[in-house]
Amino acid sequence: MKILREILDKLKPNFEKGGRFPWLHSTFDAFETFAFVPKTTTKSGAHFRDAIDMKRTMTFVIIALLPALLFGTYNVGYQHFHSINPSLSFFDDIWGNLLFGLSKVLPIILVSYIVGLGIEFAFAQHRGHEVNEGFLVSGILIPLIMPADVPLWQLALATAFAVIIGKEVFGGTGMNFLNPALTARAFLFFAFPSSMSGDEVWIAEKADAFSGATPLADMMAGASLPNTSFMDMIIGIMPGSIGETSTIAILIGAIILIKTGIGSWKIMLSVLLGGALMGLTFNMFGSESNHYAQLPFYYHYVMGGFMFGTVFMATDPVTAAQTERGKWIYGILIGAMAVLIRVVNPAYPEGMMLAILLLNVFAPLIDYYVVDSNIRKRMKRWKLAEKLNTKGVDNV
Amino acid sequence: MGKINLKLIKSPFNKENPITVQVLGVCSALAVTAKLEPAFVMAISVTVVVAFSNLIISLIRNTIPPRIRIIVQLVIVSLLVILVDQVLKAFVYDVSKQLSVFVGLIITNCIVMGRLEAFALNNKPLDSFLDGIGNGLGYAWILIALGIVRELFGSGSLWGYKIIPQSFYDIGYQNNSLMIMPPMALILVGIIIWIQRARNKDLCEK
Repeated sequence: MKILREILDKLKPNFEKGGRFPWLHSTFDAFETFAFVPKTTTKSGAHFRDAIDMKRTMTFVIIALLPALLFGTYNVGYQHFHSINPSLSFFDDIWGNLLFGLSKVLPIILVSYIVGLGIEFAFAQHRGHEVNEGFLVSGILIPLIMPADVPLWQLALATAFAVIIGKEVFGGTGMNFLNPALTARAFLFFAFPSSMSGDEVWIAEKADAFSGATPLADMMAGASLPNTSFMDMIIGIMPGSIGETSTIAILIGAIILIKTGIGSWKIMLSVLLGGALMGLTFNMFGSESNHYAQLPFYYHYVMGGFMFGTVFMATDPVTAAQTERGKWIYGILIGAMAVLIRVVNPAYPEGMMLAILLLNVFAPLIDYYVVDSNIRKRMKRWKLAEKLNTKGVDNV
Repeated sequence: MGKINLKLIKSPFNKENPITVQVLGVCSALAVTAKLEPAFVMAISVTVVVAFSNLIISLIRNTIPPRIRIIVQLVIVSLLVILVDQVLKAFVYDVSKQLSVFVGLIITNCIVMGRLEAFALNNKPLDSFLDGIGNGLGYAWILIALGIVRELFGSGSLWGYKIIPQSFYDIGYQNNSLMIMPPMALILVGIIIWIQRARNKDLCEK
C-alpha cells in the first residue's frame, strides 16, 4: 500500500496545472481516489449522507454481485456441456464448466468496462469533471443481464448507447433517470431481437438438437408448469441471462446490500409484494384455460430476471423513488407490472426490464405526489391550528 | 421586384431551424423518415406547400379580415396540399402510398401555419416566398439526414439500393431494427439538437 502511495505521489505533479499532462488530470484523479480515500473535504455546506464515499459504496455493490456472477459463470459452462450431453449432472465436470464459462463471460465483462469507462473518462476529461463512479457497477451489471452468446460488437454498441444517451446527455452519474444497465439491455432487445430473444440464444454454443427454452419460454408456449423443476430454478440450473438464474446467489447479494444499507429493503419487499398481488389476481380472475394466469405467484419470483431486477435494478438509488412512501408505491407497481407483462403480452416473455424502465420514468412523479400530499396535510393542520388560535382558547 | 434577401433562406438552416430550434413539425419527421425516398418526397412536398401558401397569403394579406384569417389560411393550405397529393399519386404512386395519411396531414403541420402567422401576414410577397423556401429546406435537411441514417443502419440500404455488402452480414453484422422505429428518430433529432447547441451557445436556454 505504501509503495503505491509513493508512486502516486511521485506521479501526481505531472497531472497538476503546469505539469506535463494537465489534460489527463481527471483520469489520474480517478485512479488515485479509486486506490485511496481522498483526504479533501467539502468546503461549503455539509452534503454528506454517509460515512463512506461513493467509490466504496460501489465496491460493496460489486461484492454483492459476486455470488451471482460466479454462479452465472459456472452455469454458462454447465448449460453448454449439458446441451451436448443431456445426461451430464451439475457437478460432473467442475473445471470444464468453470473454464468454458470464464471464456464466455470474461470477454463480455472486458468489452462492457472498456467501452463504458472509455466514454466516461472521455466525457469527464472534456468537461473537466472528476470521473464518476457509477459505471463501476453498471459495467458489471450489463454482462450479468446479457445472454452468454451476445455478439461483442452489439454489446459494445449497446453500452455506448446506454452511457451516452442514457446518462451523459443528462449530465452523467446521478442525473440519469433510466437505469443505464437496463437501457443497454433494452437497446439490444429492440435493435437486435434475434440475439436477445427466442430459444436459441440462452445457452452458449448450444447443440442444435437440444431445446434451449427458458422457463419463461415454456410458459409462453402454453405449458402448465415450466419444464425446469422449482428446486432447480431456485438454485439456478436453467438457461437464461448470465447472472439472473440463481435465486439463492441473488439473495446472498440482497443480504449484503441490506446489511450495508445500500439497497433499500422497502423496494425489494414491495416488488415481491406487487408480484404476488398481481399473481394472485390472475389466479382468481384469469381464465381456467390460460395456464400462465393460473401459475402460482412464487413461480414468477424464480423464473427469468424477476429476482435480479428486484434486488439489483429496482433498488438503483439514482433512478428509484426517493421518498419512503414513494418507494412502496414504486416497488409494488414494478412487481405488478412485471407479472402483468409476462402473462398478458405475448410479444415480451420477460416483463421485468420493461416494468423497471417504465417505473424509472414515473419515479419523479411518484415522489412529487408524495411530497405534495405531505405538504397539503401539514397545511391543513396548520390552518386548523390558526383557526383555533383566533377563536381563542375559551371556545375550544 | 424587391431585392432577394438571402438571409431569409439561410437562417432556417441553422439558427432558426424549424425542427431543432422552433421544434415544429416533429411528428412527421419521426413518422416518414424510416426510408430515404419517402423522407425526400415529404421534404419537397412541405417545401412547396410552405413556399406557395406564404406567397399567396402575402399577396392577399391586406384584404383578409383579421378575424377569419385562420380559415382563409386553412383553405389555401388545403388547396395546395390537395394539389401536391394529386401530383404524388400521378407520378410517384408507390411513395404516395407509403406516405399515406402524412401528405394530408401537411395541412396541420405547424411549420406551415407558423410561417403564415409569423411572417406572411406582415411581409411582402417575395420575402414571404423566400422565407417559405428557407423554412421548407431547413425542415428538408433534417428529414433527409434522418432518412439517410435510419435507412442505412436500419435496412442496410439507401433509396432502396443495398449499400452494406452481403459479406458484412456473413461475418455477423445485423441491421439495427431500433432504427426503423420512431423512438430512435426522436433520439436522433435529440442528438442533432445536442450537437447544434454545443456548437452554438446562444441557442441554449438559460
